[in-house]
Amino acid sequence: MSTLARLRRWIGKHLVLGLGLLVLVYTFVPIAVVVLMSFNNNSKSKNVYKFQDFTWNNWLHPFKPGGMKDSVILSIEIALLATLVATILGTLAAFALSRHKFVGRKAANLIIFLPMASPEIVMGSSLLALFVSRGFGGQLGFITILIAHVMFCLSFVIVTVKARLSGLDDNLEQAAMDLYANEVQTFWRVTFPLVLPGIIGAALLSFSLSFDDFIVTNLNAGQEVTFPMFVYGANQRGVPMQVNVIGTAMFVIAIAIVLGNEIFRRRQEKALAA
Amino acid sequence: MSQLHESTTTDRPASGSRDLRLSGLTKEYAAFTAVKSLDLVMPQGSFFALLGPSGCGKTTTLRMVAGLETPTSGAIHLGDTEITYAKPYKRPVNTVFQNYALFPHLNISKNVAFGLERRGVKNVGQQVADMLELVELTSQAHKKPAQMSGGQQQRVALARALINQPEVLLLDEPLGALDLKLRRGMQLELKRIQTEVGLTFVHVTHDQEEAMTMADTIAVMNQGVIEQMGAPNDLYENPKTTFVANFLGQSNLIEAEIQGREGGQVKVRVQGALASIPTERAHSESGKGWLGIRPEKVLIAEAGHPIDAPGDVITGGFITDVSFVGVSTQYMVKMPWGQELMVFEQNTGARRMLPVGTKVDVSWRPEYAFLLDASQDAKAGIEED
Repeated sequence: MSTLARLRRWIGKHLVLGLGLLVLVYTFVPIAVVVLMSFNNNSKSKNVYKFQDFTWNNWLHPFKPGGMKDSVILSIEIALLATLVATILGTLAAFALSRHKFVGRKAANLIIFLPMASPEIVMGSSLLALFVSRGFGGQLGFITILIAHVMFCLSFVIVTVKARLSGLDDNLEQAAMDLYANEVQTFWRVTFPLVLPGIIGAALLSFSLSFDDFIVTNLNAGQEVTFPMFVYGANQRGVPMQVNVIGTAMFVIAIAIVLGNEIFRRRQEKALAA
Repeated sequence: MSQLHESTTTDRPASGSRDLRLSGLTKEYAAFTAVKSLDLVMPQGSFFALLGPSGCGKTTTLRMVAGLETPTSGAIHLGDTEITYAKPYKRPVNTVFQNYALFPHLNISKNVAFGLERRGVKNVGQQVADMLELVELTSQAHKKPAQMSGGQQQRVALARALINQPEVLLLDEPLGALDLKLRRGMQLELKRIQTEVGLTFVHVTHDQEEAMTMADTIAVMNQGVIEQMGAPNDLYENPKTTFVANFLGQSNLIEAEIQGREGGQVKVRVQGALASIPTERAHSESGKGWLGIRPEKVLIAEAGHPIDAPGDVITGGFITDVSFVGVSTQYMVKMPWGQELMVFEQNTGARRMLPVGTKVDVSWRPEYAFLLDASQDAKAGIEED
C-alpha cells in the first residue's frame, strides 16, 4: 500500500475524532486563558490584559481587590438561597403541573416557558418597574435580587423536573402501591428517588444561572454589588487577576462535582458486578 | 357459576372460603363502558384466565381487582371480605405487571424484598434468597433491573409478587414481551409454580394458546362482557357464540336452516344437504343458524372416493389453496355455494397431498359439529393479524 493511500485511510479513520477535538479546543480555549491568567502577575502594567509574569500571589490573596470578597460572598449567598427556594417551589409546581388536572393547566404549562424565552433585559426592567411602582424603589437590594433570581430559576427547575416526571412510568408507583406501600411510602421510596436526579440537575442549573446573572441583577440590585457586577465594574479600570482565580475555582468545583458523580456511579456499578 | 365449580374444583379439597367473587362489576369511562356488570367467581387455588382481544375489558377487570381502578358499580369480594374500594396496599392481592414495572433504582433483591419490608417484616434475607432460588436468579441478586434480560425481569416481577404470598396473584399479559420460545418455557414454569404454591392465579391474556395451556378455567371476554366460561377443552369443543368459535382457534361457520329436533339431535339443512348436531351442542332452536365445525374435524377425500369414518357429507367442493405445515396440511375448499372451508388434515402419510383444483367431498362426524345463533356475526372474533 502506498504511503498516500495509508495516509488517506488514517485520516478517514480519525476525521471525526479530529474534528471533535477541534471543537473541544474551541470551547476550552477561553477557559484555558482564564486558568492561565489566574497565575499572571500584572503589576508592571495594569491596563494590558496580557500574561506578564508567573505568580502564586493571586491564588494566595484572592480577595485582595477592594470589594471583591463581599461581592463573591453575596453572589454565593444569593445563589444558594435562590437555588433552594426555586428548587423547592419549582419541584412542587412540576408535580402539580404534571400530576393534577385543573382548569388552566395547559396554559400554565405554556406560560412556564415565557421567562426562559423572553430577553433578560425585558424581564429585568419589568421587574424593576414593578418594584418601583409598589414602592420598593428605595429598598432595592438583597431581597429584590433574590426575588428576581428565584423568578428566572423557577421555569428552568419546573421544566427540568417535569421532564423527569413525564419519563417516569406510572406503573412503578402502582406497583409500589400494589406491594403494600401507602401513598407516603410510595412517594419517598419510589417517586422521589427516581425524580431526584432531575431535581439535583435543576438545582445545579439554578445555582449557575443565579451566580452569573448580570442583566436582571444589575437592574434590581440597588446599592448591592454581586460578583458579575463587580467584574463588570472592574473591567472599566482593568480587571484584577483575582477574578480569574474565582473563575478557575468555580470551573474546578464544577468539574469536581461531575467527576465525583461519575466515580460514585462507576464504583456502584463495580460493586454490583462483583 | 355452578358449571365453573364443577369443572375446576373436582380434584381439589373443599375450597370456596376465599374465592374471588365479582358481582355486577361495572367500569364506565366518559366515552364507553369498559366492563359491563360482570359476575364471576374465581375459585380459591384455581388458575383462571381472562381471555379476549385488546379493549375487551380484561385488563380493566384485573386492575379493579388490584385496586388500581375504582369500579363505577358492583362489588369485589375475597371470601367474605369486601375489597371493592380498599386501597391497593390493603388487599392481599399482588400483580405481575405487563411491562414488569421493576423499580429501576433498586437491585433485584431489594425489588423482591419491597413488599415484605413495607409490611414491616424483619429479616427478609432468607425469604428473598428462597424466592430468588425458586425463579433461578440467585446469582443476579445484586444486579439492577436494567442489567437483565426480558425473561429474567419477568421472573423478578413474579418473585416480587409471589414472596408476599398473596391470596390472589394477578398476571397482566406477563409473557407478552417475551419471544415465542421463552414464552413457552415460562408458561410451563408459571403453571408449575402455581401448582406448587397453590395460590389463585388470575391471568389476563389475548393469546388463546397461552390461556389454554395454563388455565383451569377460561373466561372469554368481548366488549366488556363474558361470552363464555369453562374448561379450555369445553370452550374449544363446544363454543356457544361465534366470537368464541373464532377467537379460540378457528371455525368453519356454514349457514344452516334448522329443521327440528329428532331424538338427541337437531336436524339442519345445509345448502341442500342434511346434517345433524347433538342437542347439547345446539345453541339455537329454530329458524336459521350457523353450523360450526373445526377445520381439523373436517375430513376430505377426492370426489367419489370413500371417506374414512364419514359422518354428514357434502359434495361438490374443489381445492383452492394448499399449505403444507409439516405436521398437517391445510386446505381451502371452495364449496358450491361459494364459501371457502378450512380443512386441516394430519400428515399421517395415508394419502398423498391433494393438489389445488382437485374436486373433493368433505365430511364431519355430527358429534363434533355445533350450532350457533344466526343473529351473531359469523366473523366475530377473527383476528386481523
